Amino acid sequence: MPIDSDSISSSVILPDEKKIFFKHIRKENLHTLSGYESVGGYSSLKKAFAMPPDQIIDEVKKSALRGRGGAGFPTGSKWGFVPFDSGKPIYLLCNADESEPGTFKDRVILEKNPHSLIEGIIVSSFAVRCHKSYIYIRGEYVHAGKIVEKAIAEAYAKGYLGKNILGSGHDLEVVLHRGAGAYICGEETGLISSLEGKKGYPKLKPPFPAISGFLGCPTVVNNVETLCAVPWIIENGAEAYTQYGKGQSKGTKLFSISGWVKTPGTYEVEMGISLKAFIDECAGGMKNGAKLKAVIPGGSSTPPLTASEVDVACLDYESMLKFGTFLGSGGVIVVSEHQCLLKLLEHLAEFYWDESCGQCTPCREGTGWLYKMIKKIGRGEATSADLESLKKTAKSMMGTTICALSDAAAMPVLGFINKFPEEFQAHLDQKGCPMKQCGGSAH
Amino acid sequence: MTICFNPQNKLRFENTLAKYEIKASALLPTLWLAQEQFEFLTPEVMDYVAQLLEMPPAHVYEAVTFYIMYKKRDMGKFCLQVCNNITCSMMGSEDLIRLIKKELHIGLNEVTEDKMFSLVPVQCLGSCDTAPVVQVNDDYCENLNPEKLRELIIKLRAGIVLEGPGIPCQ
Ligand SMILES: Cc1cc2nc3c(=O)[nH]c(=O)nc-3n(C[C@H](O)[C@H](O)[C@H](O)COP(=O)(O)O)c2cc1C
Ligand code: FES
Repeated sequence: MPIDSDSISSSVILPDEKKIFFKHIRKENLHTLSGYESVGGYSSLKKAFAMPPDQIIDEVKKSALRGRGGAGFPTGSKWGFVPFDSGKPIYLLCNADESEPGTFKDRVILEKNPHSLIEGIIVSSFAVRCHKSYIYIRGEYVHAGKIVEKAIAEAYAKGYLGKNILGSGHDLEVVLHRGAGAYICGEETGLISSLEGKKGYPKLKPPFPAISGFLGCPTVVNNVETLCAVPWIIENGAEAYTQYGKGQSKGTKLFSISGWVKTPGTYEVEMGISLKAFIDECAGGMKNGAKLKAVIPGGSSTPPLTASEVDVACLDYESMLKFGTFLGSGGVIVVSEHQCLLKLLEHLAEFYWDESCGQCTPCREGTGWLYKMIKKIGRGEATSADLESLKKTAKSMMGTTICALSDAAAMPVLGFINKFPEEFQAHLDQKGCPMKQCGGSAH
Repeated sequence: MTICFNPQNKLRFENTLAKYEIKASALLPTLWLAQEQFEFLTPEVMDYVAQLLEMPPAHVYEAVTFYIMYKKRDMGKFCLQVCNNITCSMMGSEDLIRLIKKELHIGLNEVTEDKMFSLVPVQCLGSCDTAPVVQVNDDYCENLNPEKLRELIIKLRAGIVLEGPGIPCQ
């Protein structure tokens, strides 16, 4: 996979020495303990262990680090919710389920820099007084899983994991847990159910996992990328971290970009840069001179941006909100003029239908209805009344279920209708797909 | 024949159990172990797992049907898992599905008569930058097109070992 080609020098491309995650990513043996140590790996532990845990939490709060799994919740605040005196064990679960279509940034860390994740888990566990952590990795990441497993073994052998780490008195056990193919296990309470040996059914919140999560104990769930940012913040200080980014969006972030661009891949950039510049400079611009039609900015669950919005949007939480969408998981999908959006939406709707866990009626039934109605419009068999009921169905799926999968299915549907009404209308008017892509599915 | 882990897997099972606070948590790893040894999970295998983990067999059946990566039947020597999600579909995954159907005379979720290949459509594999992608058993075959896929099938049939995990075809 192409990572951070730095052949072009330009303003939005972050120079290697300024990178937090990918400073050494091209180093051949970075995934080994010796490779990682040779570039200063695990050096944050000494400083972290010398700090009172509450001070680490404060520092993370000050850094304004927000969760990189999709929801963007402030990490330090989440840690602050944990009751440290409940007498129950505290768990830290690393969410490496990465199944949001269009997202493949965590995989780069897992495969190329697994020790940075382990270091992040050690520092974070120390802050939240946790002595047992699980890394929940999606079942398909077999290769990444083997690399992480090996890294964990190396870390144990060197005394970075286990009892009394580096004489600090802090004990930590880390276990890699492999999923088995279920998008819903990326949702934090679905993940917890799965780790408890059940189907990945999400649970009602409150209580939030920080209060009552895995086995009813206080549990912190954080994304891979979130945890990897922590050692840098502790070593360099929150203030240095907030030098990156702007507004409520601090730091750097990994974006995985795919679709109709010349050099798709995962790139680390400063938050708040121009989306257009990101596409042109990092991903090499549009392939074969095609025109850009739409961009899905943060994984399949986020509503799309039109070409003119792409020209002015920035890669930060606030800018995306202005355009009715989200930064989500940082999975940027670039769509060209040659792609029928209804066909694209059909694949998307099928995905959510497939992955709905089936607990809540609006989601279980709604996702199937969305798929069937989108297919009907695509085939040119629908009327404007069908388009209305598609909207109505999608709206009824928002905020009515245990978890956000239902919203994640409905939001892009409404977003596409809202931003590209002409494409829907054309299917109705022409009684078929103008680009001849809908209908003749290989399925 | 009574279903039982071989001595090596018995040991691996014991080691797995030791990592978890409750036995039930070991369900997914135990099923992975069982799938590795028995290739697919028959009702007898599921009953065996239930007995090992001291849980009702229905609990195991439920999990095996919920998590799609567990095989309920023989899916052949090479399971061709074609990603058909957003990016892969934009980059031509439907052509790959058509090719497999035509060349191997199988439909979705079917196995060839000689039990060499099966075709399974899957969701985003987290490798969209190398779309379209097919996961052959555990390995990702990336940047595919119909010609490359045809060559890949010929190689697999001829028993040519793929070069390790993640096989970029570019
Ligand atoms: C349907 C659904 C799927 C999700 N999938 C993932 C995922 O694959 N990886 C992830 O880190 N977070 C995922 N999340 C978000 C998690 O619920 C949770 O917010 C996150 O892991 C918290 O970590 P963070 O604060 O570090 O982002 C998903 C959420 C939903 C609703
Ligand atoms: S869409 Fe196929 S790997 Fe992501």
